[in-house]
Amino acid sequence: MSQSYDRGLIEDFGRWREFSAGMWAWVFHKFTGWVLIAYLFTHISVLSTALPAADASAAVIANGEDIYTQTLHGLESIVIVRFLEVGLLAVAVFHILNGIRLLLVDLGLGLEQQDKSFYASLVLTGAIVVASVPTFLSGAF
Amino acid sequence: MAERYSSFSRGGLAWFLQRITAAFLVVTLAFHFFLLHFYNHAPEITFAGSMGRMEVPAYWLTMVLFLGTATFHGVNGVYNALVNQGISGTPKRVAKWVLIVAGVALFVQGLRVSFALAGGSLL
Repeated sequence: MSQSYDRGLIEDFGRWREFSAGMWAWVFHKFTGWVLIAYLFTHISVLSTALPAADASAAVIANGEDIYTQTLHGLESIVIVRFLEVGLLAVAVFHILNGIRLLLVDLGLGLEQQDKSFYASLVLTGAIVVASVPTFLSGAF
Repeated sequence: MAERYSSFSRGGLAWFLQRITAAFLVVTLAFHFFLLHFYNHAPEITFAGSMGRMEVPAYWLTMVLFLGTATFHGVNGVYNALVNQGISGTPKRVAKWVLIVAGVALFVQGLRVSFALAGGSLL
């Protein structure tokens, strides 16, 4: 049977000092979700340069002089964009790992360990992001 | 029966689809990041390279399913967040239809991009 906990009003962020691990997980999952859907709209906008690029000649495309390639290379040459990509990775990895945690809880697994699995999601996200920094920033400076 | 907890009421189609798409997205989002940041490096992405990948039917289909599930999961997630904030009545109906229109527009535009990148091979 479904059963809900009385967690109080998380939407009242003035209570943040009282928040437990599960409530922080809820806040982080919402925040990372908002970032990811906002990014998806931005991502498709940038990739839409493929529409005019598809009309370019074979030689222009082969030389990477089409607007799609030029736009992506232009963005990747900006250092702040590289750091934003690291931030996007952090957001995506946390949303994935915490999402697995939520799916398991919905399947009835790990509810009693939900605080520990939240901390594990945070630590693993940090480790993956730190390990990825050299790849994401290579050639940026 | 074991006690269970869920943040959503059970039985709804949207509730079910949010979790099915989540399971799919866990794999495809990780694959997308790995392929385009670690296997291929983002600063080296070109139209010709993207076209080469999108001309493979299985890759194109995976990307279109990725776009469709991500759009549904994201837009439905925003709607759930707004409902959690307590919107109801007209604002809730407006939010629902604005999100549906935005989601359909995003998917259609993404589909156009996918066809542009796949060249004539899939048209």
